[in-house]
Amino acid sequence: MTHAHLPPIGRRGLLLGLSALATLGGARLAVAQNGPSSGGRGERRLVVIVLRGAMDGLHAVVPYGDPDYAGLRGALALPEPGREGGLQDLGGFFGLHPALRGMAELYRGGELLPVQAVAGPYRTRSHFEGQDLLEGGAEQRMNAGWLNRALAHMGGGNQRARRGLAVGVGLPLILRGPEPVGSWSPARPQRPHEELLGRMAELLHEDAVLGRGMREGLRGRGFASAALASADPPGGGGFQRLAAAAGRLLAARDGPRVAALEIGGWDTHVAQGNRMQPALAQLDGGVMALKRELGAAWAQTVVLCVTEFGRTARVNGNMGTDHGTGGAAFLAGGAVRGGRVLADWPGLRADQLFEGRDLQPTRDLRAIAKGVLRDHLKLPPAALAAAFPGSAAVVPEGGLLRG
Amino acid sequence: MSLSPHLALHRFGYGARSDVPLPADPLAWLDSQTRAAPAPLSRPGYTPADGYAAWREHDASPPPPGQQSPVTRLFRAEQQAWVAHLLTTEAPFHDRLTDFWLNHFTVAERGGFGVTTGFSAFLRETVRPRVTGRFADLLVAVGKAPAMLFYLDQVASVGPNSSFGRRSGRGLNENLARELLELHTLSPAGGYTQQDVAELARLMSGWGVERSAAPFDTIFRPGNHEPGQKQVLGQAWAAGPDSYEAALRWLAAHPATLRHLAFRLVRHFIADVPAGADVTRIEAVLRQTDGDLGAAARALLRLPSASAPRLGKLRPPLEYALALFRAGGGADPRPVLGAMAALGQPLWNAPQPNGWGDTAEAWAGPEQVMLRLDIAYETAGRFVRRDPRDMVEEVLGPLVRPATREAVRRAGSMRDAMALLFTSPEMQRR
Repeated sequence: MTHAHLPPIGRRGLLLGLSALATLGGARLAVAQNGPSSGGRGERRLVVIVLRGAMDGLHAVVPYGDPDYAGLRGALALPEPGREGGLQDLGGFFGLHPALRGMAELYRGGELLPVQAVAGPYRTRSHFEGQDLLEGGAEQRMNAGWLNRALAHMGGGNQRARRGLAVGVGLPLILRGPEPVGSWSPARPQRPHEELLGRMAELLHEDAVLGRGMREGLRGRGFASAALASADPPGGGGFQRLAAAAGRLLAARDGPRVAALEIGGWDTHVAQGNRMQPALAQLDGGVMALKRELGAAWAQTVVLCVTEFGRTARVNGNMGTDHGTGGAAFLAGGAVRGGRVLADWPGLRADQLFEGRDLQPTRDLRAIAKGVLRDHLKLPPAALAAAFPGSAAVVPEGGLLRG
Repeated sequence: MSLSPHLALHRFGYGARSDVPLPADPLAWLDSQTRAAPAPLSRPGYTPADGYAAWREHDASPPPPGQQSPVTRLFRAEQQAWVAHLLTTEAPFHDRLTDFWLNHFTVAERGGFGVTTGFSAFLRETVRPRVTGRFADLLVAVGKAPAMLFYLDQVASVGPNSSFGRRSGRGLNENLARELLELHTLSPAGGYTQQDVAELARLMSGWGVERSAAPFDTIFRPGNHEPGQKQVLGQAWAAGPDSYEAALRWLAAHPATLRHLAFRLVRHFIADVPAGADVTRIEAVLRQTDGDLGAAARALLRLPSASAPRLGKLRPPLEYALALFRAGGGADPRPVLGAMAALGQPLWNAPQPNGWGDTAEAWAGPEQVMLRLDIAYETAGRFVRRDPRDMVEEVLGPLVRPATREAVRRAGSMRDAMALLFTSPEMQRR
């Protein structure tokens, strides 16, 4: 096969910044394409993990000290700390599910901050509406996500890699929007050669959807091949593998600074005791993979784990729980002021439950996210307002971070 | 404007195959698919009883790690049967309607053996024969299908005041009731409340599946049924088995349901952001015909936007993979299934009960687009004995853009030429 008679990638391709193609072959050419980081890109990292399907906060961050807990949860109640298969204590009232072993270690090191009785501003019990609102960041459905709008206010443009990174095949709503983001997923065995890619890019150039996708895709792959080339591919299960890759890409000096991942398996209507265990173990493994791969950058990292809503306080008829309201969230990372549980505990007595069935939310999830954007990413008030429209009354939560 | 033969296959089927002649009268050809009963699939399926037998076999001697369960074996064969059918189908519009309704009424492999054991019947007996009939009949059949009752946990729902509920302390599971209202019928625009969800769950209690004894199928267990009258959206329903079907028929005819279905049909076949007039037209047809899905399908074909030359919709991975392998003349379903999974849409395994996204933004993230290029290149490698210059004309006909024809002509190899054809916007869109 010869390409002698073929034209080069073409003027249009070059205008499009397809020189990123040059990096697909490895790190060799990557340096030539862009100079060293121009200094605008900060060192702080944010990873948002969307737990799809509504994690039961009462089964993850367990209020074993509440007098009504054991009665409400019946056979689903977890043994108290110190007993066989028991909770990992979080200071005498709450306990962490035993599957979250690594995260309990982070807690003891002051790097995990569980948040309890938290919810977004919506009171839907629909997964799909709830996830859209959680990711959209407003009280009505949006076409773009809050993390994308926040990215628009971050410094450090004109770099090899986009500041934002979606990990996995899809692009979740939280990162969709006008601000371009990169993405990464494990490689296929065969890929088109570079010259063919250039021709494909020309064919798709004028297509508003596919053209944009390909330009961003080339850019992302170009960066990832350089950043990941130096080491073995990350191992572990599906989510852990994605988390490890995210950690490695975020660790790079000129890599992305904000990443989003998603993990399912939380919609535990039936047999929750068995079904939530693997989801928790995956989450735990993923967070620990991030820490491992981020290395020194972990100290400047916040991992925010959020879910669309909590689940019913009572066990249902099938040893599971149904869609509820108040739930739990996690902040993890070297930048987090952890080792405590953030909660204004509403109680589990029947008259304390929301609509007589769910944990009453006492904290707005947007306050947490806004606190992280303000105090960790150092975004200005205008950026917070853009990320979460209509949230002027929601004061960013202070004190989430060290220093 | 009229529908050209190529556009008919492209927009309302899975694309042309060069070894199958084009329809002479595209509209009549599409219409006829909405009026005749579908031909049986050439590969055999399995009954729920077969599935439950395999399930018992699995439980009696669980296969060692790395070895396929007998249940999974059945399900994989069914996936291959369906994709083999789609590769050579003579009624692709009917099949597209089946795929559309399978997604509307999502049940997924990740739901476990309860879903996979019942899937063949769900496809062949529940959904496929009804996609051009009345929506109410389809809804009732789906609402009583074992795969759906398992997938959304209805099998575990017990009226707390039923005799079994009082004895066992077990209670309701709201999952199917909620999705029936939110996804299958009214949509949130229908304005139902949490109370309506709970009441519908009470009304439905008792409906479940008997999988360890005859009839190996859906049954009503009076001892699990919540006694007393139920109120759903202001309607009163008596206790007993008949209220479930009656409530489903009432929901099927609700104006919010018709609007929801019309919107989803137009969005799937015509435009990511449907024109209001198009939705109103399909809604009117559904209203005037008592929910006749065949009439709605024929009305879709006659919307002016249905024959617009611009290819406005991005093919989701399922359709894109099929279009590539049909263009290449493929007959083996296995690599097609692999391509679908690689592109993020493994067949019959949507991540959530709302099914797969039906707009470009669900499928056009950067890495998703790059993976399409990888698959285009891989797939081109399978069909290098075909001349891509002929293939362009056969598969795309008048839809091809000069730039694509030129890129194919000037490519450095047959494989590159075919990969470029497969990458072109004309192949990725419909």
